[in-house]
Amino acid sequence: DDKLLSEPLNHPDFFNVKELFSLKDLFDARVHLGHKKGCRHRFMEPYIFGCRLDQDIIDLDQTMQHLQLALNFTAHVAYRKGIILFVSRKRQFCHLVESTARECGEYAHTRYWQGGLLTNARVHFGSGVRLPDLLVFLSSLNNIFEPHVAIRDAAKMNIPTVGVVDTNCNPCLITYPIPGNDDSPTAMELYCKLFKMTVIRAKDKRRQNEVVAELR
Amino acid sequence: TLRLIYTTTAVQRKNVGASGPEKYTEEFIKKQIEEFNLGKRHLANMMGEDPETFTQEGIDRAIAYLFPSGLFDKRARPIMKHPSEIFPEQRKIQWGEDGRPFHFLFYTGKQSYYSLMHETYEKFLNVQRYQDQLAAQDLPPQKEKKNLAGSRWLTKIELEEMLLEKLSDDDYSRFIQLLQKLMTLPCGDTEEKYIEKFLREVPAQLKKVAIEPLKYDERGVAFSTGEGARKTARATAVVYDNGSGKMTVNGIDILHYFPVLQDREQLLFPFQFLGRVGKHDTVCTVSGGGRSSQAGAIRLASAKALRSFVTEKEVEFMRQAGLLTYDPRVKERKKPGQEGARRKFTWKKR
Repeated sequence: DDKLLSEPLNHPDFFNVKELFSLKDLFDARVHLGHKKGCRHRFMEPYIFGCRLDQDIIDLDQTMQHLQLALNFTAHVAYRKGIILFVSRKRQFCHLVESTARECGEYAHTRYWQGGLLTNARVHFGSGVRLPDLLVFLSSLNNIFEPHVAIRDAAKMNIPTVGVVDTNCNPCLITYPIPGNDDSPTAMELYCKLFKMTVIRAKDKRRQNEVVAELR
Repeated sequence: TLRLIYTTTAVQRKNVGASGPEKYTEEFIKKQIEEFNLGKRHLANMMGEDPETFTQEGIDRAIAYLFPSGLFDKRARPIMKHPSEIFPEQRKIQWGEDGRPFHFLFYTGKQSYYSLMHETYEKFLNVQRYQDQLAAQDLPPQKEKKNLAGSRWLTKIELEEMLLEKLSDDDYSRFIQLLQKLMTLPCGDTEEKYIEKFLREVPAQLKKVAIEPLKYDERGVAFSTGEGARKTARATAVVYDNGSGKMTVNGIDILHYFPVLQDREQLLFPFQFLGRVGKHDTVCTVSGGGRSSQAGAIRLASAKALRSFVTEKEVEFMRQAGLLTYDPRVKERKKPGQEGARRKFTWKKR
């Protein structure tokens, strides 16, 4: 049992997430496109490659690295049977995100975030609730272009966060930010596909290892 | 420096209402059901009936017999019903042993409502995709529009009962708007079945009072009956055709039964209004009330009987004249602290 949990931690890329995406895939899905120069957030400047006709272009090399770290982390969390909560407040992709979560076997929250859902969970749900072990933000702003309340709440409750940060977002409190476009449908479909594949891979790996351990 | 710490001598009061309505565990409900079944058998034995075929009506009768109660409110009397009818349906624990919730939208708070929205939106997208396919194949068939005349959407309370969750007015209106949007598209058959779940029939409200046809007695004379009431008087009138204007009340002629002219005028009014004063014979029975209320009751009864002899237009004229309306005025109750219903005691300045 101990070996089951400690073995994946010895490899840098146990689940081989690098093969799920390539630079060309990211470029075709228009992940590199950011917002206009005026919308730029100060803390996103390290992640921006340049500015073309007033539109920011995100550095895809850095995105690759961040994406690989983030997917690796989600895979490990899913391997250890953690609860993953997909959060997005974009109305266009609400249905897509919810279907992705349902197909993974994980959870989603793409609706209005009520005040104390994480911090006051006992009152909302019951006494013995289990809080999510990872929050995945597919769009880290809410409908008023302010940082989503869940980022701050997760930081308060010591829950790690993975988030796609666009050029107008604040990447500060997110543990694994992924600089990239969060407005195009192609980009969102790519992210959903990647997360779904990682989670399913990790769960399958876990089931295989459990069977192998039982056989011994 | 010293800081004053405020303490209370009384123990912190336990906030009894903070935990919400009492939650019943599954074992508790199961125990209640077993006790109910045992009690049902005991009751059957006590009443001398067969325990196997003892229905809920039998239980009600037995309880009414064994525990007679003079309370006016039916809901305050002793009842013995199946626990599923008494204890309101509640949500069981939403997560399994390992702590993972069962529903994928659990962390939103309103899981059933949002999953309903999710499903409805999925149907909407399917319909749009189907429409696009048809447009690509250049086949735009006009699907029959479902008739919405006799149906209404679910009310908010009904939806709350269906989902076992509290909703806000905003949520409810959004859901209805989504359903209406789905209806406006040329829907497929599967979507119709899904939408039917949220439609309820509206019973036809227009109920025209059916005018009874004329009946014929042994002599071949047409007649019809009518019933009327006023205050505490109840009257029935049988109006015969080919008559000479004679009227009998409880076997007595009206001239002797109603000595006052005003009452006889009231009786004559329907016939005078229709211009059939000397053409009908009337036989009435009346009981209760006083002189004036009996007259009013017979007037209403004879007007109702005359409807069968007369065209629809004249019936409408009678209705507008107020001949067919039941007079709702009754004696108002006397209140304490006052001399009568309205009269107060004499006010004395000192």
